[in-house]
Amino acid sequence: MNINQSTDNEPKYINPYLGGVLLGLLVLITVFVTGRGLGASGAIKSTVVATAKVIMPATVKSNSYMNSVANSEHSPMYTWLVFESIGIFVGGLLSGIIFGRVKKFRIEHSPKISSKTRLWFALGGGMFFGFGSQFGRGCTSGAALCGTATFAFGGVIVLFAIFGTGYAVAYFFRKLWI
Amino acid sequence: MGPLFPNGIITGEWDFVIALLLGIIFGFVLEASGFSSSRNITGVFYGYNFVVIRVFFTAVIVAMVGMLYFDYFGWLDLSKIFILPTFLSPMILGGVIMGVGFIMGGFCPGTSFTAIAIGKLDGLVFAIGLFLGIFVFSLSFPLFENFFVSGNMGNVTLTDVTGISAAWFAMAFTVVALAAFWGTSIIEKKIRKNMTEHTF
Repeated sequence: MNINQSTDNEPKYINPYLGGVLLGLLVLITVFVTGRGLGASGAIKSTVVATAKVIMPATVKSNSYMNSVANSEHSPMYTWLVFESIGIFVGGLLSGIIFGRVKKFRIEHSPKISSKTRLWFALGGGMFFGFGSQFGRGCTSGAALCGTATFAFGGVIVLFAIFGTGYAVAYFFRKLWI
Repeated sequence: MGPLFPNGIITGEWDFVIALLLGIIFGFVLEASGFSSSRNITGVFYGYNFVVIRVFFTAVIVAMVGMLYFDYFGWLDLSKIFILPTFLSPMILGGVIMGVGFIMGGFCPGTSFTAIAIGKLDGLVFAIGLFLGIFVFSLSFPLFENFFVSGNMGNVTLTDVTGISAAWFAMAFTVVALAAFWGTSIIEKKIRKNMTEHTF
């Protein structure tokens, strides 16, 4: 992705307020049907526990955090959030196909940084986000969005902590983006 | 009537089918709104693209007001829905760590899945990072087990904590959201003047 390409074919997205209404209705329907909200980090936790169960079964048994999930008759992957997260991928793919954004593998980054820098920061950012989501009892989907929408105090705390910190540290990472 | 699962109106076998369908809609809306691009998402922190504020705040107020109406009409028993538990200090710390991860990586977990779907390797690497981060957390859990469960306030809502009814919070969020939509559109216009590109 270079600077000329992205200005020449500026991608077409739906109106953000329409996107917001659809997302809000989805949260409402999800709570109406399941009594719970949506999520994303939970599926990765399941994947972590499923992986750990295979490569280090003894550690999982002695680790109360993983064992509480691993210790059931079903696989740790047999959860609502894993199926929902597969859906997120499929839904993203469908939208990408419809709007013509599914292209060959590529790395998106600011012209001021290299692809390599982008990937190292993406890896580090992912690690921070994953680590923090466990303390936060969920990520932007489960805690910040659905937590706040269901008037949960913790959801609002996570929402403000994520965005407040983002604004507080944005200056130091500005070279990555602008 | 609702919630349907906890009230036994829809039974267990439909669980995963519904999970997949709701996930598909979720992923579709995220991607179609532009969240498969990290540079669109981080625009919210630098003022060149406030799509995150628009989508997120609209979603929160639609869902909040919807919950209240569903409750009012007797369609949804709000006392039966899951309320995220509050563990005050761990959740503040978690949010702060996630905030740093957000600005470094440019995605959150859900949006990174949609980025992978359209072929972005930075989204894939972010998701690998998520996996590693949760792996490290799980392995080191014994070190901070006590902190993890500290500040437990239970499954409390804003109303439980403040005594102010949910409707007032829905209204406050709506007012703040409308003000933010207006304010950010002015900031965005100013900042975009000095930029050659702002939507990715």
